[in-house]
Parts: sequence; C-alpha cells; structure tokens
Amino acid sequence: MTATADTAQTIMDIEKLNLYYGDKHALKDVSLKMGKNQVTAFIGPSGCGKSTLLRCINRMNDLIDNVRIEGSLRFDGTEINDPATDVISLRRRIGMVFQQSNPFPKSIYENIVYGLRIAGINDKAVLDETVERSLRNAAIWDEVKDRLNDSALGLSGGQAQRICIARAIAVNPEIILMDEPCSALDPISTLKIEELIDELKQKYTIIIVTHNMQQAARVSDVTAFFYLGELIEAGSTSRIFTNPDKKQTEDYITGRFG
Amino acid sequence: MKKYFKTGEPYVLATGAALALILVMTLTLVGVVMKNGLGYFWPAEITRYELADGTIAMGQMTAREKNPVSGKGRIQVKVGNRDMYSQDFRWIEDSDISSRSIPADAVLVERMEHGNFIGFLKDVQPNGLAVDGAAAPLQKLSQARAALEPRLDAVKKLRDKMSSINYKSEQLRLKILKLEYKNREQNSDRIAELATEREKLTEEFETMNSQLAQMQSELTQPRGIFEDASGTVREIALTEIVRIQRPNDMSVFAKSSAYLVRIKELLLGNPRESNTEGGLFPAIFGTVMMVMLMSVFSLPFGVIAAIYLREYAKDGLMTRMVRIAVNNLAGVPSIVYGVFGLGFFVYGIGGSIDQLFYPERLPTPTFGTGGILWSSLTLALLTVPVVIIATEESLASIPRGIREGSLALGATRFQTLVRILLPMATPGIMTGLILSMARAAGEVAPLMIVGVVKLAPTLPFDMNFPFFHMDRKFMHLGFHIFDVGFQSPNVEAAKPMVYVTTMLLMGIVIVATSLAIRFRARMRKKYQTSNF
Repeated sequence: MTATADTAQTIMDIEKLNLYYGDKHALKDVSLKMGKNQVTAFIGPSGCGKSTLLRCINRMNDLIDNVRIEGSLRFDGTEINDPATDVISLRRRIGMVFQQSNPFPKSIYENIVYGLRIAGINDKAVLDETVERSLRNAAIWDEVKDRLNDSALGLSGGQAQRICIARAIAVNPEIILMDEPCSALDPISTLKIEELIDELKQKYTIIIVTHNMQQAARVSDVTAFFYLGELIEAGSTSRIFTNPDKKQTEDYITGRFG
Repeated sequence: MKKYFKTGEPYVLATGAALALILVMTLTLVGVVMKNGLGYFWPAEITRYELADGTIAMGQMTAREKNPVSGKGRIQVKVGNRDMYSQDFRWIEDSDISSRSIPADAVLVERMEHGNFIGFLKDVQPNGLAVDGAAAPLQKLSQARAALEPRLDAVKKLRDKMSSINYKSEQLRLKILKLEYKNREQNSDRIAELATEREKLTEEFETMNSQLAQMQSELTQPRGIFEDASGTVREIALTEIVRIQRPNDMSVFAKSSAYLVRIKELLLGNPRESNTEGGLFPAIFGTVMMVMLMSVFSLPFGVIAAIYLREYAKDGLMTRMVRIAVNNLAGVPSIVYGVFGLGFFVYGIGGSIDQLFYPERLPTPTFGTGGILWSSLTLALLTVPVVIIATEESLASIPRGIREGSLALGATRFQTLVRILLPMATPGIMTGLILSMARAAGEVAPLMIVGVVKLAPTLPFDMNFPFFHMDRKFMHLGFHIFDVGFQSPNVEAAKPMVYVTTMLLMGIVIVATSLAIRFRARMRKKYQTSNF
C-alpha cells in the first residue's frame, strides 16, 4: 500500500518492512511513501507498531537487543538499514522529539547547541545565531531569551517540549520525527505545539505519531492508520477522516474501538 | 485491639523503634569515645592522700569502683613516677585514707621518658643558664627553659643538617652500588670519585655527630630538683621536661589554654614513649595520604569498570557472572585482601620492580616490601566493588529518554557518556567514593601485612625529590589503636590514648566524607532530573 499527496516529492520510501522483536512480529510488510515538506501522521491503537516504525527511520531500534529488520527504508535514495550507512550523520539529518520531554541537565543555551557541539562546532557567533534562530522557530524565544543560562530543568512541561523541538531543529535536519509530542501536555501547550508544527512544515518534513485523532486531523496532510503491526490504510488526511476505504479505519476513527 | 493492628499503626511504630535503637547505640558509642577521649587532656586536680599506715600517695584520681573482693569502695589514682615505683597507677581503698588535701604547689611534669612525674619543685640548678637566683623555683625553671630554647634550636638545626647529609650519603652509596653492579672496571674512575665524595660527607657527619654529642651532654646539665610525695628527691634534666603544670593552682582559663596546647600537640606532634604519649601527626598524615592514594586508584578503575558493564557489555551470562563476582568481592574478609596484596603487589610486582630497576640493592628490598603504595593498592582493590556498584546503579537510574535524546541528535555513545551520562551519574559515584573512603580509613587487618608499622622513622612525604616516597612504610590511626591499646607495655596509661585516637579517626572519616557529601549535594542540585 502506498500513498502520498500527489504533488509532493517523495523523501522517505518504505518498502515491505518487517520488524521482529525476538519472536514477536511487530511490523508486517509495511510499505509507505512520505512526501517532502508534508506532515504525515501515524495513528492507531497502542501496540500497533507506529512508534516502532518511527524509530526505524532514525535507527533508534539499534539500541534494543534482539531486533531484526527486513525490507527497505530509503531516505533520499540511501538505504537506512544498510550497515554501511553512517548512523551519526543519518540522525543529524533526521531529528526526533520524544513523548516525554527530555531536556539535558544543562542550561537552555547548552541544550540547544548540544547537537552543534558534538559535531565539533564551537564558534560562538554561529552558536549564538543558531540558538536565537532555533528558539524563534520553536516559538519559545520570547519566553526564555532572558534566561538562556538557567537550567532547562526549571521549565514547564510545554516549554521543555518546545526546547526539545528547538534542540532538534538547531542541527537543521530534513525530517523531524515526533513521537506523541503532546501526550504529556496540557491543552494550551498542545495548541502551541500544533501551531508550531504548522509553521515548521514550511522548512521540514514532519512525521508524527499521535493517539489523538483530532490532532492528526488538525495538523497532518497525510494520515496512516496502523493496526496490529499492519498498515491498514494511508492517504490524504481529509480523505481518511471523511471517507476511509476500510471498515477498520472508519471504526477506529469514529471511536468504535481502539 | 484487632482493629488497632489492622490500621498498620503498630508496624510503623516498630520501624521507628528499630531506628531509634540504632541511633541510641551509635550515639552511645560516640558518647563513650568522646567522654573518655576528650577528658584526657584536661589538667586534672592532684590530690594528696595520707593513708592509715602513715605512707603518703599523691596523684590524679582516674576511676572509682567497688572492690570486687571486699565489696567496699576504692579509687584508682594515677600516681605517675613510673621510674621510681614501676607503676603509673595504684588502687587505694576508701577505708585506708585517713585524710586528703589538695596542695596548691603540687606539680605535674610531663617527661620525654618514663611518663609523668607528680611531686613538688624544690629548686633549679641552672648550670650556666641565666636565671634570677632570687625568684621562686617555678619562675626560675621557666626562665631556665626559656634560656635553653636557643640551644635546643641549635641542636635541632644540627640534627636536620645531619639527616640531610645522611640522605645525600645514602644516595651516593646507592649510586656507587649501581655503577658497581653495571660494570665495576669501566666505571672505576667514577666510583672512586663518588667514594671520595661520600667519604667527605661521612667525615663531615662524624664531626657534626661529636659536636652534637657534646652539645647534648651540656644540655642535660641544667636540672630541676624535685621531691615526690614521700620526700624522695629526684633530679630531672630540663631537656627531659616536655611541660610542667600546677593543675591545683590553675584557673579554668589557664586549664583551657593548656588543653588547647595539648590538642595542638596531638595533631601536630610526634609520638613518644612507644606511641602512648605525644602527638599523632605521622599516623594522621599516613591515614589521610593512604586514603587519598586509594581513592586515586579505586575511583577511576571502578568507574571505568562500571561504565563497561552497564553501557557497553552485552547483557549475557558473562556480564551477569562478572556482576555477581563483583558483589561477592565486596564481601571477602579484608585480611584475605591483605594476603593477596602481600603475594601479588609486594612480592609479585614489587619484587619484579626491584629485579628490573634496583637489582644492585638486592637483597635489600626497595619496593619488594610493604609500603604505602602497596597498602593503597590493596585497599583500592578492597573498595573498588563499592565504587563499581554505586556507579552502575546511578548510570542505570538515568532515564532512557535522556540517552535517546542525545543519540537522536547524532551524538556517538561515547559523546553521550562523557557529556551527559557521567555528569549525571556523579552524585552516585560520589556516594560510592564516600563509602569506600570510610571503609578504607577504618581498615586495619590487611594493612598490617602490606606496609603499616608501629613507628615510621620518616613520613612518606618530604622535601627530597620525588617528594612522595611510595616505597616507605607508614603509620595509620587504625593500627595505632590496636597497637597502643593491645601491644603497649603500659596498657593502663595508654587507655585514654586509644579513645583519643579513635576520636581522631572518626573525625577524619567525618571530615573526608562531609567534604564529599557537600560536593555531591552541589552536583545533585545541578543534575536533578525531575522537571517540576
């Protein structure tokens, strides 16, 4: 099954992807194309494999023992799962924002420039410029500009999550993966993040996992529905939410199960 | 009643009671040590007892108890004058005392040898020292001692010079040995040169030595003439007197300042009289240096081992076995480590070092005998499991999200470790260090076979290159407690010293660990992971 909004250029091409945790078959024959500068949302009940798929894209699953991956994941023509692929530069090109905001126990400034510092960039002018640009893009500059040297641990949940987004965009990735970025936030913070996603779409490709169907409907261009490790249906968000092809998709979206 | 038990209240009370019991026991221990230790330096009253049989005893009361045979009360008195009556202490039955008095002019003389003298100062023989002949004996004595001061300084200077010459001469001897060992024929010129140099030094040393002998015999001439309670006259050379007090005639203020002087001597002075008197500086220094060296070895090794176990090793049978072994290692009796240290470090590594680098000195060992380096390494081995366990725990407690966050930004595992994980694990690592320092400072058994001695002639640190002498034997407070308390010829007199030493050891542990705890608290504040 393949689907993108027709006009977009494909940036991520997943073909017949199978993933096993030991004996457990967690992703079954998933094939999906994602377009550049689009927001793709993965929806589905818990344990359906949407986060697992997301973590395949920047090879986060490498950290887990006993994972076996078959099939192909092509990003801009390069095969992600190829052992020869440089994971470090791959992760630099594909940023990630996690469910639980995870600021490092450092100052706000150091959090933002972390990605640059580990890449060996220590030029003060570049760092300053990046901090301001990233924080502005993450719509949190005005809230923290006077306390850049305070610990990032003192921020509220919503602010911390936006700092994490700023941290991800500081290294100028092409894709940003978001794993339920709003599930731990209050409605106002959630709204802010959603507005932010809309902004970021101009420059970045965004893939977001969410439990919240309204959120998927609000922010995404393309929606993919997963169930028990299978991709049931994918297509433009307006179509999936108004006129899905599959009965399962309709049942999930209307809240009959899940 | 049943309902009351159901509320769970009694169990809470029981846990509280258990904690209280532990606290009481700890406080009792500290209290006993403090009570016995702190009082030791207070100038106690000297009492003169006239006994029923007409004899007279004079001294400081140290204890009161019921005679286990007669059931009547008796007191223990420190009468001193060990050189005259062969015993420092004596028991006096309450019923034998016909009268007691507190003579204001009774003096307590602390001597370099033979313990305290208790009696009366009668006169001073200044023998050439400038003294006001009309003054009271005590004034005369202090004038004479002041006049003696520059001469003692001269002796000390001469001694220092001699020991530095001695050191140089020893270095020359070792150089000659080395040259001879390498090739006697080829180096014969150089050897002869060094030998003459050494001869010169020996000569110089001999002249100084005879000079010293003369100075010292002159110095023993000025004497104080004392009389004990029963009227026996005793002459004591002024150089023998460490200090002289009239405790019955001292104000509280004077006693306090005398007390502080004693504490200062304890902390900075050298031991006398087979360690039962004088200061503990060499033991304090040895303990602190040994613990610091131990930390230098055990901290990096423990942390590195824990990092490998937690971050890099695959979680398989091997890792689990290593972990179990580490945990068991923490429970091995410390004497076993001592035996291991003797076999492995001292004879194994130390012996090899001697073979390789100091073969000319053999059979006299250099590193092939107990020393502070081997002691520290042995204790590092003993405490490294604690550091490993603590570091592993703290690495494991770092949330996964933090690790993934760093990796997702393109950091390598090593960058994540150095920039994020290690700083966050520091408080836990510090906990391990604190525990291991406390353990190492108090450990005695293994040290007894790998380098601790009753009396070390030199500190492991001095101004001669390379300053830290790792091969030297050293003194240690824990061993000092054992030695003074159980190996001393004069156990009764040494008893307070045991408490004082215990107090010092506890003090050192408390100071060292509170420094580490303060550092840990600072790190905790910086790296707490909670968001709210």
